[in-house]
Amino acid sequence: MSAKFKRGQTGMVGGPLQAKIFPNVGVAANLIKSAKRPLLIVGSEATEKKTNDGDIIDSAIRAMKNKKLTVVATGHLVGEFRKRGVEEANSMPLFVLGKYLSDSEWKGFDGEGQYDMAVFIGYPYYMEWLVESGLKNFTKLRTISLDRTYQPNAQWSLGWMPVPDWQESINTIISSLEEDA
Amino acid sequence: MSKKNLNIKIDELSSALGTFKGLEIQIGKLVDEEWEEPMGPTPFPSVGTLRDWDRKLLKRYKPYYMPICDLCCLCTFGKCDLTGDKKGACGLTQAAQQSRIVLISCCIGASTHCAHARHMLDHLLEEYGRDTELDVALNTNVEAPHIRLVCGYKPKTIGDLEEALDYVETQIVQLVATAHTGQEGDAIDFESKAFHAGMLDHVAMEVADISQISVLGMPKGSSEAGMTTMGFGSIDTSKAVVMCIGHNVLPSVDIIDYLMEHDLFEKVEIGGLCCTAHDNSRYNIRAKILGPISWQIRYVRSGIPDVIVIDEQCIRTDILDEAVKIGAPVIATSEKSMMGLPDRTHDDADEIVADLVSGRQKGVLIIEPRKVGEVVVKTVLAVSPKRTEYKNPSIESLMEGIDRCRGCSECVAACPNTLPIMEAVNAARKGDLSLFEGLQLLCVGCGRCESACPEDLPLLSYMYAASAESCKGECYNVRVGSGAITDVEIREVGKGIVFGEIPGVVALVGCANYPNGGSEVAVIAEEFLKRRFIVLATGCSAMDLATTLDEEGKNLYDRYPAVFDAGGLLNIGSCVSNAHITGATIKIANIFAKRPLRGNYEEIADYVYNRVGAVGISWGAMSQKASSIASGCWRLGIPVIVGPHGSKYRRNLLGAKDKEEDWVTIDARTGQDMYVGPVPEHLFYAAETVEEAIVLTAKLSMRPNDTTKGRAVKLSHYIDLHKKYYGGLPDDLDLFVRREADLPFTMKAELLEHLKAKGWVEDKIGMPDPTLLDRMVRRRE
Repeated sequence: MSAKFKRGQTGMVGGPLQAKIFPNVGVAANLIKSAKRPLLIVGSEATEKKTNDGDIIDSAIRAMKNKKLTVVATGHLVGEFRKRGVEEANSMPLFVLGKYLSDSEWKGFDGEGQYDMAVFIGYPYYMEWLVESGLKNFTKLRTISLDRTYQPNAQWSLGWMPVPDWQESINTIISSLEEDA
Repeated sequence: MSKKNLNIKIDELSSALGTFKGLEIQIGKLVDEEWEEPMGPTPFPSVGTLRDWDRKLLKRYKPYYMPICDLCCLCTFGKCDLTGDKKGACGLTQAAQQSRIVLISCCIGASTHCAHARHMLDHLLEEYGRDTELDVALNTNVEAPHIRLVCGYKPKTIGDLEEALDYVETQIVQLVATAHTGQEGDAIDFESKAFHAGMLDHVAMEVADISQISVLGMPKGSSEAGMTTMGFGSIDTSKAVVMCIGHNVLPSVDIIDYLMEHDLFEKVEIGGLCCTAHDNSRYNIRAKILGPISWQIRYVRSGIPDVIVIDEQCIRTDILDEAVKIGAPVIATSEKSMMGLPDRTHDDADEIVADLVSGRQKGVLIIEPRKVGEVVVKTVLAVSPKRTEYKNPSIESLMEGIDRCRGCSECVAACPNTLPIMEAVNAARKGDLSLFEGLQLLCVGCGRCESACPEDLPLLSYMYAASAESCKGECYNVRVGSGAITDVEIREVGKGIVFGEIPGVVALVGCANYPNGGSEVAVIAEEFLKRRFIVLATGCSAMDLATTLDEEGKNLYDRYPAVFDAGGLLNIGSCVSNAHITGATIKIANIFAKRPLRGNYEEIADYVYNRVGAVGISWGAMSQKASSIASGCWRLGIPVIVGPHGSKYRRNLLGAKDKEEDWVTIDARTGQDMYVGPVPEHLFYAAETVEEAIVLTAKLSMRPNDTTKGRAVKLSHYIDLHKKYYGGLPDDLDLFVRREADLPFTMKAELLEHLKAKGWVEDKIGMPDPTLLDRMVRRRE
């Protein structure tokens, strides 16, 4: 694991327990697919970050073909899904979601119970850092960061990579989820 | 009535000396007998006095912790790893450590305002005397709502303020002590103590501001607050320019007095950054507001200031290094920020001036405010003609070194907003400065990019270079800080606010650590002004909302009336003026609702929480002071929203709207418990986007006491904003509609259909005379 792949925001160093970087993107896809109730959490930078599908919203919409996957948008981002004709995306403020993910009695958006994996994408660096810190410290939930920079408080992170590599990685993961639909 | 002074009353005493009747012995301050209101239950509350009230709030709004550091390094046991369920060597849990840090932050904030108030008060007492009467606001009897509420006495003179400040200082010491290793161990008790620090902070801020308003002749209400100008363009650079940075107006007062006495305003401009700027303009409208704290480096590197005067708080601690680069002497004026400068307080003024003008000393410390004016003015007049080489730096000189860039992107990784600095550098190397010009609007001015750069490139100078011409033209109207809300204004709007017919009071408070530039503050303000909320602003937010202009070149201060009424926009003033915002909510309870104020914190907070639809927004919250200001709001039951960077305060206070048992309130009419819905839903909330914050603000303005008409008004805004920004109806609407009559008339059919699908039934949500205090029940059924 090269140090350069741990690049995030300079001052936001992690604690004693830090995320592992996926050895390859296939592991990331398989890990998400291994979850029984994965939750894809889409943040406010989702429209700014371009992917092979267009932007992160478009990629998330493609991922929603996997019926096992629940998608929630934070901030006001659910409006972007609706603008694109997708009504199935859920909406919840980021830290309120963090609180609910810490509550073992929460029934989830569908009433079927707590999620067993939280997958984050499209966030201001420090906001994702913080919500994953809360989850790391106060839950047993499995957490994955699919953002382009290393997120030390997730359990698994893609780590830092150049934009084209990241776009390709996201495309691979989404395609894999789509195949599993 | 003082707790510290002794007062003994004896109806009849028989002794060897004889019989005494009606004997009264007083040691210390005379008892205040002119205030007929009986003393309430909690004058001068100690650390634990209001714990039960705090726990009522904290049961509803549970802390959600997000550790920004998993370790504790506060004692030599450490570092201790607190990750997960680990405990430190002292036994402390991660949750308790987070709340402990929140407490420490609030104590630093409260101490800072308290120290500011102490400096202000000591100086004014010495110069004007203890018996100088308080004269805070026009036609106003409730001159000091926080002191009356918390301390239980009614100050009449500035000398009377000392007792409140003594109390605050004593309590802060108690609070800081609880953070020592091996003291408090419970997260919720730490939170309660943080609330206590916040309450103290508002007392301290009140002392600072009402003393300076009374003595220094600052505006005593909105009718006295004129318009001044802000920005680079407001400064006449043909004059010598003094730049004052910080929050304490006293040194600036002496500069302004000296300029007035010697008729030198035609030769010298005085401008300020951050809250000193507000208070300078409150003291004398000829003083200019240069801008918010985030413009500090930008303004220095423009080369315009000839002398830099620093007082206290939010000063860049490397200001001396920056000043040296532009040949401007620095004059420090506070023991709190001496910056390593030689103390020249007791030296002859002309000798100090000579040393500064010759460059023998780059800066000096003068802690006697009444000496600052002469030194600063004489220095600036002598230095200014010598600084022509610095005053208008060429683009080439500002862009120095850019070709040395290695392309490592350390600047981007260091930037708190991950701004695309690297792209801007690459474009600039090809002669295109437009990307840097764009960044300048988004940059918070922290300078971390420069610190991170292995080539020490002056990246902030590049931003300034790219925008220098437009910056020089920046000149915005800003309403001068109006200070306290008058009793008359409270009487006129109290009913509308309490019954919900004025949809809410939105206070835009605090620092400039914005995620996307200061223009978002104007976006928030305008959204609520259009909807006839009352919008108040202080500090950097009050400046930043001035910088957005419409097509006619007008900003919000130009377009909205300066009144404390629906659709009005007021600049209240500096940081310490925030006490007037919370003070207004206290005065609504006292003046409009006739609730007793004296030492009666719980009842007043209960009233404010259940009835006054006030919401604080600190979109660029940065400092410890911002945390203690917010904390003072929480204890009064006023929800606060912070911007994304506010999440680094490491915890939110969030309600769970789906847990009906959390939202049960007592009906004071019957003593029965009643479900009132999640209003207000959260007490402290970090929003991810400005759109989210706007919609949430409308939602958080709802209170259990809203009339049907009031709730309908508030719901119409919540629904309309939700549709606008989220693209549909809120999915929690059923939690806020109590009866069909609550529904906005024009949307009724659509909403009823939506509610029906959600299984909504009328009257499930009660409309009590709401209280969280059992003792407020008037009759039990």
